[in-house]
Amino acid sequence: MSPFLALSGISKRYGGVRALENVDFACAPGSIHAVLGENGAGKSTLIKIVSGVVQPDTGAMTLDGAPVRFPTPAAANRAGVVCIFQELSLMPDLTVADNISISDPPRRLGLIDARAQRRRAEALLARLGCEDVNPQIRVRDLPLSRRQMVEIAKALGKDPRLLILDEATSALTAADVEQVYRMLARLKEEGTAILYISHRMHEIEALADTLSVFRNGRHVETFAKGQRTNRQIVEAMIGRDIAAQYPPKPERPRPPPSLEVTDLGWAGRLKDLTFSVGPGEILGLGGLDGQGQKEVLLALFGVLKGVTGTVSVEGRPHRPGSPADARRAALALIPEDRKTEGLMLPMSVGDNLVAASFDRIAAGPFIDADRQRRAIDEAIRRLQIKVGDPGDPVSTLSGGNQQKVVIAKWLMTQPRLILLNDPTRGIDVGTKQEIYRLLRELADAGAAILFYSTDYDELIGCCDRVAVMYDGRIVRELQGDAITERAIVASALNIEQEADPAHG
Amino acid sequence: MADAITADTAPARASARPAGSGDLRLRLRQNAGLLGAVALFVLFYGLYNLYHPRGFSTQVLIQNANEILTLSLLAMAQTVPVLLGGLDLSVGAVMTLVNCLASHLVAGSPAQIALGIAACLGAGAAFGFVNGCIVVYGRIQPIIATLASGAIAMGLALFLRPKPGGKIDADLSWAMTNALSDFAETYGLFEDGKAAWFQPVAWIPVPLLVLSAFALLVWVPFRRTLTGRTIYAIGSAEGAAYMSGLPIARAKLAAFTLAGFFAGAGGLFLAIQTSTGNADIPQASTYTLNSIAAVVIGGTSLLGGTGGAIASVVGALVLRAISFNFRIFDVPPLLQPLVEGLVLLAAVSLGALRALRAKNRLELFR
Repeated sequence: MSPFLALSGISKRYGGVRALENVDFACAPGSIHAVLGENGAGKSTLIKIVSGVVQPDTGAMTLDGAPVRFPTPAAANRAGVVCIFQELSLMPDLTVADNISISDPPRRLGLIDARAQRRRAEALLARLGCEDVNPQIRVRDLPLSRRQMVEIAKALGKDPRLLILDEATSALTAADVEQVYRMLARLKEEGTAILYISHRMHEIEALADTLSVFRNGRHVETFAKGQRTNRQIVEAMIGRDIAAQYPPKPERPRPPPSLEVTDLGWAGRLKDLTFSVGPGEILGLGGLDGQGQKEVLLALFGVLKGVTGTVSVEGRPHRPGSPADARRAALALIPEDRKTEGLMLPMSVGDNLVAASFDRIAAGPFIDADRQRRAIDEAIRRLQIKVGDPGDPVSTLSGGNQQKVVIAKWLMTQPRLILLNDPTRGIDVGTKQEIYRLLRELADAGAAILFYSTDYDELIGCCDRVAVMYDGRIVRELQGDAITERAIVASALNIEQEADPAHG
Repeated sequence: MADAITADTAPARASARPAGSGDLRLRLRQNAGLLGAVALFVLFYGLYNLYHPRGFSTQVLIQNANEILTLSLLAMAQTVPVLLGGLDLSVGAVMTLVNCLASHLVAGSPAQIALGIAACLGAGAAFGFVNGCIVVYGRIQPIIATLASGAIAMGLALFLRPKPGGKIDADLSWAMTNALSDFAETYGLFEDGKAAWFQPVAWIPVPLLVLSAFALLVWVPFRRTLTGRTIYAIGSAEGAAYMSGLPIARAKLAAFTLAGFFAGAGGLFLAIQTSTGNADIPQASTYTLNSIAAVVIGGTSLLGGTGGAIASVVGALVLRAISFNFRIFDVPPLLQPLVEGLVLLAAVSLGALRALRAKNRLELFR
């Protein structure tokens, strides 16, 4: 079949950095084409060029065989190229209906027809099985997973001939992911070309017909599904042989708890949670997205008001009234959204690194420049953050390196209890492995770790124990060999497992 | 496969639609700030009329309607740049400039008067358009661009009217500042305002009709255009608006042009009410600052994206109703700024009460 969109000889540089080098690439109608690569491999730049956000320095693009240029995202949309970006493109203060029809709302006599717009939103949301989203609600008032579905509905409304999904499922619940899969299958049958970018191998296995691997700005290879093993694919992505993805778990008896939580409750969303973690342990929080896992972390970190139950940290009662209190009790939280809660994006890498530990680098009311520089240098070395100059704005770093800055910032406070809220979301394989190793090192050094992840593989590979949550409760705690995908999924759906070796 | 299992057995997930809430409740919740402002206005204005010797009478209403008109128009003017996430510090100065211009142009034959009015409104819009060009093409922050252009407008106003003076058509002044019956009588309409069918509406003060006309014939349709929607989108998330292919430059130009237009209208009616042009610098600054206060009281976010011009009119009404009460309760003039400040602070604090309700402190920072 002749390609719908073809790129030839595309190169792009940002300053001295080579983002894409002489790339040839094509995607066919009626197929799902996965693009794989570490962060910084050039996937984002490829998508930005295809969707008109940036212009290539050299090279040509053809659409249906005819040469095209997309000077703006709107021009790409008009040609039928629609991208669902990893960074949400929704206006939080506008309603769902407004957002879905934002660029070309139905009009009557030149004025926006609110009723037609609402019906259009309802129809598009229904195609995604999101009838529960009220089109009149403001996007700001929706949870992240629903916002992502609105984003997808918005893209569908543009009648794409080439639909690009850039990590579009990373914030979704498992049920929504299934809806998106069905929608993609339907579009594929209708002859839409689909480019799919994801860091989740099992999604790619389930969906893609064709896979392309990018590394260091080059298109390494393209092959049909099933021609390579996962191991070969990962090796092609990182360009070297990989050691075991997860560090080995130490075999030893369960340590005495340093964090003890009894009957934790909050606002009807957390119900009677009882659990404990000891130094050297990694306790995973599992389950479907939105069952209260994030709230557990926020409650321990002093963000929530009206928390009931008792919490003690190293024997002392722990009732933080703010994150500042929690920090003084040697807690650290790697937050959910690094762009808004983890980093001050316009500030420098260095300023971000020391932002939680001013007390360690201050001399009286002033910041000691020498101590600050030493602390920054050490943090950059310890986490191997790839940074040109610590004075550069943190926004110039890649996603994985930004996340390392967030983690390094909190490690600098020397926390004894580390809370992580889905720290590997949207991060490349190489950085993920570094983070897994780091977590194990921190645990071995005596930290207690509470680790929420939406990726079951991660929970299985990293955690000593996994507490599976459902509807604000811990429904099951898995340990050792009992931590399997099957057990986690069954508990996550609150299904009683029949043959249950742990309790049998 | 994990995903296959979840497809049909998915448990009730966190619903985006709270149980049992209709669209009406949703709308009320989304406009809580405006509802608070309406309640404040009813409170202050009701108090004023209750204690006024001739409270709830047409004369009092006509006088008040004149007192609120200019500030209401300026509040509408200020709203549009605020929705973008900016501030327009030139609205008071543009008002003053058009006020001085009107004192030269709005007199003579009916045709001359009509042309003069059109020229005044056009001058305000043109000045706003220039503001927009500075912001869009000069890439200068609105607050500093309009601080400078406001000073320029003041300079032009002083050039037009070095000393207070000038002249406005007397019939027009009378007709525009009284009840609809007086308007009809002045221009010999509807049997000099005596027609039987006309009586039910004859009492309505003309300034209120003018204000309603600007709100319903200019703002309401504008808000439903793609350009108007884009202004909200920019204030909410400019990057997302760009990525959605929205006309950003056009919307910003339109926002400042509309601000200039409303501010010019305010200046025109100030001239019609006072029958003079006066390049009064303190007055211009006071109007600018009060316009910002009115926008905030009406519930429009200074960060942009939510609110609207009609809400700001309610904010202006609240501000004015506060000062009306000074006349009734004999607050000594020297104490008035102090009291006004305290009442204003209390009124704005009502909006901050949501902080007490939030169970998740992180939401306060979003």
